[in-house]
Amino acid sequence: MPDTQPNLAKPATAPTAPTAAATAPTEQITIRVQDFNAWYGAYHALHNITLNIPSQRVTSLIGPSGCGKSTFLRWINRMNDLVPNARADGVMQLDQDDVLDRAFDVVELRRRVGMVFQKPNPFPKSIYENIAFGPRLHKRFHHSDLDALVEQSLRAAAIWDEVKDRLHNSALGLSGGQQQRLCIARAIAVGPEVLLMDEPCSALDPRSTASVEALIRELRQTFTIVVVTHNMQQAARVSDLTAFFFEGKLVEAGPTDGMFTNPKNKQTEDYVTGRFG
Amino acid sequence: MSGISLRTKRILKNRAFLALCLFSTSATILILALLLMSIMVQGSHFLFSSEALSAVFGHGELSQVTKIIRWEFLSNFASRFPEKAGIYAAVIGSLWVCVICALLALPLGIGTAIYLEEFAPKNRWTALIDFNIRNLAGVPSIVYGILGLTAFTRMFGLFGSDKNSALSFGPDNAWWHIQLPFGQGLLAGGLTLMLVVLPIVIISSREALRAVPSSLRQASLAIGATPWQTASKITLPAAIPSILTGAILAMSRAMGEAAPLLVLGIPVFIANTPDNLNDNFTVLPFQIFNWAGRPQESFHQLAASAIVVLLVVLVCFNGVAVYLRQKLRKPLA
Ligand SMILES: Nc1ncnc2c1ncn2[C@@H]1O[C@H](COP(=O)(O)OP(=O)(O)OP(=O)(O)O)[C@@H](O)[C@H]1O
Ligand SMILES: [Mg+2]
Repeated sequence: MPDTQPNLAKPATAPTAPTAAATAPTEQITIRVQDFNAWYGAYHALHNITLNIPSQRVTSLIGPSGCGKSTFLRWINRMNDLVPNARADGVMQLDQDDVLDRAFDVVELRRRVGMVFQKPNPFPKSIYENIAFGPRLHKRFHHSDLDALVEQSLRAAAIWDEVKDRLHNSALGLSGGQQQRLCIARAIAVGPEVLLMDEPCSALDPRSTASVEALIRELRQTFTIVVVTHNMQQAARVSDLTAFFFEGKLVEAGPTDGMFTNPKNKQTEDYVTGRFG
Repeated sequence: MSGISLRTKRILKNRAFLALCLFSTSATILILALLLMSIMVQGSHFLFSSEALSAVFGHGELSQVTKIIRWEFLSNFASRFPEKAGIYAAVIGSLWVCVICALLALPLGIGTAIYLEEFAPKNRWTALIDFNIRNLAGVPSIVYGILGLTAFTRMFGLFGSDKNSALSFGPDNAWWHIQLPFGQGLLAGGLTLMLVVLPIVIISSREALRAVPSSLRQASLAIGATPWQTASKITLPAAIPSILTGAILAMSRAMGEAAPLLVLGIPVFIANTPDNLNDNFTVLPFQIFNWAGRPQESFHQLAASAIVVLLVVLVCFNGVAVYLRQKLRKPLA
């Protein structure tokens, strides 16, 4: 667990000055969110979210169903562009770039911000083709390097040893946990800085879950990871920082240790101790 | 009825339902078998060689039959004399018009399906288009014939009559020689059949695309693929087997249509195969229609023989469709 200061800004409900103040100077911030609001049509799904997500840490988003975790996540790589009536305002920056700027190229954004979904969704192609798909789109290799890139991505996702002898078999022949790690490898292959994971283990059995969790802890050294989970133990096991959402608001955010042992907010305490949600 | 327990009742009901299903299935199969049998018997005279027929029905030796099929029926042109009549022109015309129809209808139909399914915004306009396509699929084909007659055969009279055309392209002997208006030529036929099958191609292709799980599209987009790359590299390849199956079934529909071409006024007696896109042609169903309408019994037999050939062709089409569905269709998730 990190021995740094609480590096997430205070929630919007706190009347203090936002951002920087709460952040230790040594901590690199990858995603900076300030007074962020999101709507679906007239429905106000997220209210004044202010949150800094530090580099090369695992940040977990927790909260009861429907509180807006996925909405928040899907704005970071603008997957919400696909929802016809979704809109947002406020500040959301990736490094110094304005994610919400309509002129900002989503193709470039999504190359830098990878996403892993709840249900493993490999393409109905070979394992090799699954990994090579992204790099080919982005021309992120010199021809001979593609094999090496595929191997490197599969190794990084801790699945190389299991699939190295059947790279050209269908990815659909893998187990659920292997498929999910393959999807992580596929996201890694385009060289992102950030990985977003929306309940990446909720469709997996305990053993596969353990392997994916181990992988997340491993990947922390290279990537900035944001993971949504309903599983408190999982949040405690994998994440450095935790943000608790409730009814579209960010209630409390801080180092995971503190959140679970000594929550400042009554709602957070009720939630993490399993009294509701 | 307290004597019969609930369980017995349920079992009886179940049996009765099963019997009903069995009865209706076997009735259907029986009727179909009878139909096929009678057509076969009627058509056998012109389909099979006399030695083969006498070996089966009379007193020839089956082992000494050297020629089973009476190939003349397939290789002769139509004739006033039933013994000399054949379906060569009709078979070639059917193939030509079917190929032209496929070349026109498949790119257009599949393209429309991709646009509507993958790119079009879901608004009132696209809902209206969708509604119209569904209705068009149910329009009787003879109505398309009338449309084809005005739009393709006569071209609204804009370029003179089809006997005395105002515009033509290409040398007279080139296969792509085209005159406006199209008259009763292959192009008019192909375009009219395209109208008939277009809604079917669009609907079946859309269904094929819709069957591709949206999680695949999301995965592709989330990697940074553009909507076009996603459609062309992920969605379309995943849907191709089903799209092809639908396309082949649509083509077999086109193969079996007589009514719209009848309205165009295509000829029955053709003494040569088409040389270019404007040349006259006839098709199997139309040939059958014509023979069946004659008073003499031998022409009815000819019609039956041609029906057998048409059925064989259609069964081949369907066979290919089933094969594609079985072999190419992979699980998607
Ligand atoms: N496409 C959409 N259109 C309209 N409303 C939506 C849409 N997606 C989500 N919502 C609404 O926004 C709110 C937040 O949804 P979101 O999916 O972000 O919740 P969540 O925290 O991820 O929940 P869960 O834990 O169940 O996944 C919910 O009330 C939901 O009904
Ligand atoms: Mg969610």
